[in-house]
Amino acid sequence: MNFEEFAAKPILANAGIRVPKSILCETPDEVARAAHDIGRCVVKAQVPVGKRGKAGGIQLANSVNDAKKHAQNIIGMKINGYVVDKVLVEAQSNIIREFYAAILNDPVTQTPLVMFSTEGGMDIEEVAASQPDKIKQAKIDVRHGLSLTQAFGLVEDLELSGANEEVAKVLIKLYSAYRKNDAELLEINPLVLNSSRSLEALDCKFVLDDSAVKRQPDLVAIGTPEKLTELEKRGEQHGIKYVELNGNVVVLANGAGLTMTTMDVVRHYGGEPANFCEIGGEAYTKGRAALELVLAKPGIKSLVVNFCGAFARCDVMMEGLLEAWVSLKPRIPVFFSIAGTGDEEAIIMLKKTLNLDPLPNIDEACKAAVKAAEGQ
Amino acid sequence: MHICRKNHSVIIQGITGKQGTFWTEQMQEYGTRVIGGVNPKKAGAKHCGVPVYGSVVDAAREVKVDATVMFIPPLGVKFAALDAIEAGAKLIVCLTEHIPIQDLMYFMAAADEAGATIIGPNTAGTVTVGECFLGFMPAFNTRIFQPGNIGVISRSGSLATLICQILTGSGLGVRAFLGIGGDPIIGTTTLDALKALDNFEGVEAIAMVGEIGGVMEEEAAEYAKTMSKPIAAFIAGGAAPIGKKMGHAGAIVIGDKGSYSSKKNALEKAGVNVIDTPMKMGEALRTGLA
Repeated sequence: MNFEEFAAKPILANAGIRVPKSILCETPDEVARAAHDIGRCVVKAQVPVGKRGKAGGIQLANSVNDAKKHAQNIIGMKINGYVVDKVLVEAQSNIIREFYAAILNDPVTQTPLVMFSTEGGMDIEEVAASQPDKIKQAKIDVRHGLSLTQAFGLVEDLELSGANEEVAKVLIKLYSAYRKNDAELLEINPLVLNSSRSLEALDCKFVLDDSAVKRQPDLVAIGTPEKLTELEKRGEQHGIKYVELNGNVVVLANGAGLTMTTMDVVRHYGGEPANFCEIGGEAYTKGRAALELVLAKPGIKSLVVNFCGAFARCDVMMEGLLEAWVSLKPRIPVFFSIAGTGDEEAIIMLKKTLNLDPLPNIDEACKAAVKAAEGQ
Repeated sequence: MHICRKNHSVIIQGITGKQGTFWTEQMQEYGTRVIGGVNPKKAGAKHCGVPVYGSVVDAAREVKVDATVMFIPPLGVKFAALDAIEAGAKLIVCLTEHIPIQDLMYFMAAADEAGATIIGPNTAGTVTVGECFLGFMPAFNTRIFQPGNIGVISRSGSLATLICQILTGSGLGVRAFLGIGGDPIIGTTTLDALKALDNFEGVEAIAMVGEIGGVMEEEAAEYAKTMSKPIAAFIAGGAAPIGKKMGHAGAIVIGDKGSYSSKKNALEKAGVNVIDTPMKMGEALRTGLA
């Protein structure tokens, strides 16, 4: 789950990292009042994507009028598909240096990684590509955490205008915020050294580990929900993984790998999948809701059902699906491929209820569904 | 990594639950040496014909524990895994999906230090055909699993079921199946599994079932270059859109990283036969073995 700047920064502040004074606003008048309270400020669009500055969504204001004028331009602006409906009015800092600091879950080393760079304010991927030697990083053993020695060791050889020890302390605080909030990524860019020689976080990116949402209900309440279509929202409500796509061949399978493969095979035979929908794992009892969901998409032409039972039993999935089929009576052609745990029972149920036999394998089932969608 | 054998003694963590019970019975029937289970609230009882202990550490005081299988809800896995590691288990199968990643990294570090192998999380487990299985694969279904000389690696249980069925249908059979799981961070990677199968007696060829996301297939390709056993690979997710998680937390393409073409290219450069539909797996391995 992603967090916009205004929702992410309090996480840093709670860990003792300094952030500039700011007020969240939704109208130009609110911005004017905030600018009056704060003084010289920055008006910043709040959207859950990067590159806001390049899109014109971040503007300096040296007067209340300036701030209001910027707010009028920014509110309602579209950045990367997101309409700006709120802005953060934040006190300006007198910047001497800009650094980069982050903690993230690294799939390659399979540990948390602490990262620091003297090249703050830039996209870190660009720094990594053009000046990789400017990025310092170290693995952290979660059992022991990030020690001051390790944090100091990471930055001690760098020229940081004498702020090395302060930077090390910020890294420790950043790590404790990362742990406390189940972050997948917690990034400060830029971390600035200001004219009063203190470190301040001018922007913050926070991504919450989706597997930890159950134990972070307070965070979930302020995070940005994923942008979903109406059907995808319905899937989420039912605990079914559904991704809406552009084609007309409906795909229903169990397990992420098998469902992706069914899509691949549909595409291989010249068809276009209408969706990704899987009812594997804990969702294997949701055949009924899943069928209702996939059939609700307009413009669909055929359906391929591919069950390979392991934990998810074919008979249980089939029972739910047939129940829904009988009550919905869809007129769409359907093709089955069935194997694995509970397959014999599932095949008998299919024959009894719909008088259908499964096709011999995934290729035949997908090929038939593609042909049916083409009207052959 | 360690591969389970028929003489290994296995503890089922969470044996008394509905799924724990169902799959323990299946494992026992297949030949897995289940010597006990764990449920702190039912210590001293018997379940599925074996004693229930308060912890794996308790069990290890009475019996040697080689491996454990966890039927444990996501937020309980860290504690359960640490228990298994402390008890000296060398193979820990973690089936659970949606384990907080920081919990996972915590017990993976502990396992690493203790020399224990974590398989998963978010896996269907492993099958050593004709000997034992751990987890919830349909090892007992003879249309899916027949004994043979193929080693199978998969990030997805359901897709592995399909691949094994295809192998059986084409007259081939499986020596060992290693389900490694669909999460972005997992205890046994494609590379770890590939090395283990390369060195496992009776494996003559490898079926690698990957999917989009991460760089595990690319890493494994480096090792594949050094192997003499033939490998055929299928990578799922070629038709998936960029930037969307496709069911598995690990199945997401960011930019070009994790993409289908990056994996296909790396594997083909290493001499791996990358097939475009899973139905071709049997033929590809036959050609490789010929």
